[in-house]
Amino acid sequence: MSVKLTTRQVGDVTVIDASGRITLGEGASHFRDTIRDLAGKGHKKLLLNLGDVSYIDSSGIGEMVSSFATVTNGGGSLKLVGLNKRVKDLLQITKLYTVFEAFDDEATALRSFA
Amino acid sequence: MAENQAGEKVRIDEILPSELESVDVAEETVIGIATEAGFPEDELHRIGMAVREAMVNAVVHGNRYSARKKVRLRVLEGPGRIEITIGDEGEGFEMETVPDPLSEENLLRHSGRGLLLIQAFMDAVDVKKVGNVGTEIKMVKRLSASGG
Repeated sequence: MSVKLTTRQVGDVTVIDASGRITLGEGASHFRDTIRDLAGKGHKKLLLNLGDVSYIDSSGIGEMVSSFATVTNGGGSLKLVGLNKRVKDLLQITKLYTVFEAFDDEATALRSFA
Repeated sequence: MAENQAGEKVRIDEILPSELESVDVAEETVIGIATEAGFPEDELHRIGMAVREAMVNAVVHGNRYSARKKVRLRVLEGPGRIEITIGDEGEGFEMETVPDPLSEENLLRHSGRGLLLIQAFMDAVDVKKVGNVGTEIKMVKRLSASGG
């Protein structure tokens, strides 16, 4: 199964609920297109919910990093919530925990945008 | 299945086309072998991911999806260990020229983390050029090191 992305608006924060796999090919490109589309439409506060993501490979990480750069270069912010142990491990190994602001629960993540 | 003097069995030795589908095939094949060898769930994920990253390197960066170039997947199972070798027919590269993905200036690069993940997930990794064409990556995972 590739990645499935649905968006919802909570106040002025756009929450992107991701599920499935963010891996090289369809999954990673769909992810990239979705974030760029949201950023292009002026969404500045993005919260990526990875709670139902089962697998991210280095291509998926690359798309997350590129999306982060796209959003922040446009004056917005992209934060993460719902990371499982495997995704946390990936962020540790790649040192990207120093780049992404990550939260365990959505309420805290949403408050951080205020 | 014949064993060599070190008690290793060749579990698979096959040639795969340079397609993204081969990445999934290799990952599933090796996870199947590692499951039978008794590796625990978390280690299966790490082994599968290392294979995935090595296959992507071979198909995408090594062979550049060329229909004329193939990827060789070989898995040896020995007492308490598996050894996975993935070889491509690309131009090869020098390890020293690979930018450090953990340095400050490279943290936001789009790519270049595959080898880092492979080295983090496996117990031993060796990358070498093979003759004039191709790169071969050999990855070892031990049951004892994984607590299995």
